[in-house]
Amino acid sequence: MGSLVYFSSVSGNTKRFVDKLDYSEDSVHRIPLRRTEDPLVMEDEFVLVVPTYGGGTVKGAVPKQVITFLNDKRNRTLIRGVITGGNTNFGEAYCKAGDIISAKCQVPHMYRFELFGTPQDVDQVKQGLERFWHN
Amino acid sequence: MNTDHLKTSVQAINWNRIDDPKDQEVWDRLTGNFWLPEKVPVSNDIQSWNRLNEFEQTLTMRVFTGLTLLDTVQGTVGAISLIPDAVTPHEEAVYTNIAFMESVHAKSYSQIFSTLCSTPQIDDAFRWGETNENLQKKAQIIMSYYKGDDPDKRKVASTLLESFLFYSGFYLPMYWSSRGELTNTADMIRLIIRDEAVHGYYIGYKFQRSVEKQSAERQAELKDYTYSLLMDLYDNEEEYTEDLYDPVGWTEDVKMFLRYNANKALMNLGYDALFTPDQTEVNPAILASLSPNADENHDFFSGSGSSYVIGKAEETEDDDWDF
Repeated sequence: MGSLVYFSSVSGNTKRFVDKLDYSEDSVHRIPLRRTEDPLVMEDEFVLVVPTYGGGTVKGAVPKQVITFLNDKRNRTLIRGVITGGNTNFGEAYCKAGDIISAKCQVPHMYRFELFGTPQDVDQVKQGLERFWHN
Repeated sequence: MNTDHLKTSVQAINWNRIDDPKDQEVWDRLTGNFWLPEKVPVSNDIQSWNRLNEFEQTLTMRVFTGLTLLDTVQGTVGAISLIPDAVTPHEEAVYTNIAFMESVHAKSYSQIFSTLCSTPQIDDAFRWGETNENLQKKAQIIMSYYKGDDPDKRKVASTLLESFLFYSGFYLPMYWSSRGELTNTADMIRLIIRDEAVHGYYIGYKFQRSVEKQSAERQAELKDYTYSLLMDLYDNEEEYTEDLYDPVGWTEDVKMFLRYNANKALMNLGYDALFTPDQTEVNPAILASLSPNADENHDFFSGSGSSYVIGKAEETEDDDWDF
């Protein structure tokens, strides 16, 4: 099994979704919220879980902290997929962060969920990731 | 959390010292999304409006009257009532922005009316709004909490209004737009929906920060209260939806949309979704009208696993990417 890397703002919606996936503590890594914290550098393959920012515009859709994380080539070479949170009420920008990261890093945009996801979202992602890593 | 300093001394707001980064983030989103109805070319919908039959026109005007009432309540009472409960001066500033935008929304429906409808039609619609029991009831339920003395319950009522109560109305312009009708009007409604989504998210966020500091008993009380208020409002919303949509036969389709948004309103407050997937199967045309890419298949997991869903080259204006 690969790891999960996620970014979650102080509202914690994405963290809540990730927590429900029941990964062991040492295979889940949070991208730091503040610049003063040590940057995260990954050493094994991972799937990235991120919220879409910006509230309706493409600019600023990917949180700056996630851009900084992916600018590090060591991290970029280990990403295997992206899962995004969003809200259809943001119109065109719904889960835009996933589309942008998918195009930039050439990895699949695996799944989209709203806010912190429904129990069905959690089941599908849990099972989906299991199959993905075993293939 | 201590709010005494907000009450006992006059404090100048210092945006260079931010206690909660969410205040700054949401302020930036809201001001970045600022718009005015005069910029939307609603007059391009005149021909389309004239294609609607008399009944469809009446339905549309009633729906917009209902939305106007909710925006009026939220702009002049709801968002304002949250200001004294704010825990940071920046939170107060965000509520003033929310209140102002609600007044912009309320005015935007009048802009639609004055562009498309006759004065007698407009007067009839407002008269209907004053006498429709279910519309009046939903406004009164919400108003009673705004005037009550529980700051947490006020936030629940406010979030349910922003994230749930508007949607029986928002359905209609999304429906018209999916049929190629009133598309400029729908563009304006999408701007309103986007604003309400940020409002519900923010007020719900502030509610969660308040709740997490309270006793287990109080947390349980607020959770029960939230689900029961939602169900009261939902029952009323079903009847309101029947009043409006039974004659055209779209009621069940609208109810799917209601339940889908009720789930999201609960999530904004930090609570789990209540309605099951089969109760929230929103008509794909409505979802696509709301969010053009929402119906694209992004479920990589349920596919064969061989077809990668790689995002199309996305234009991004962010200049901090290094690759």
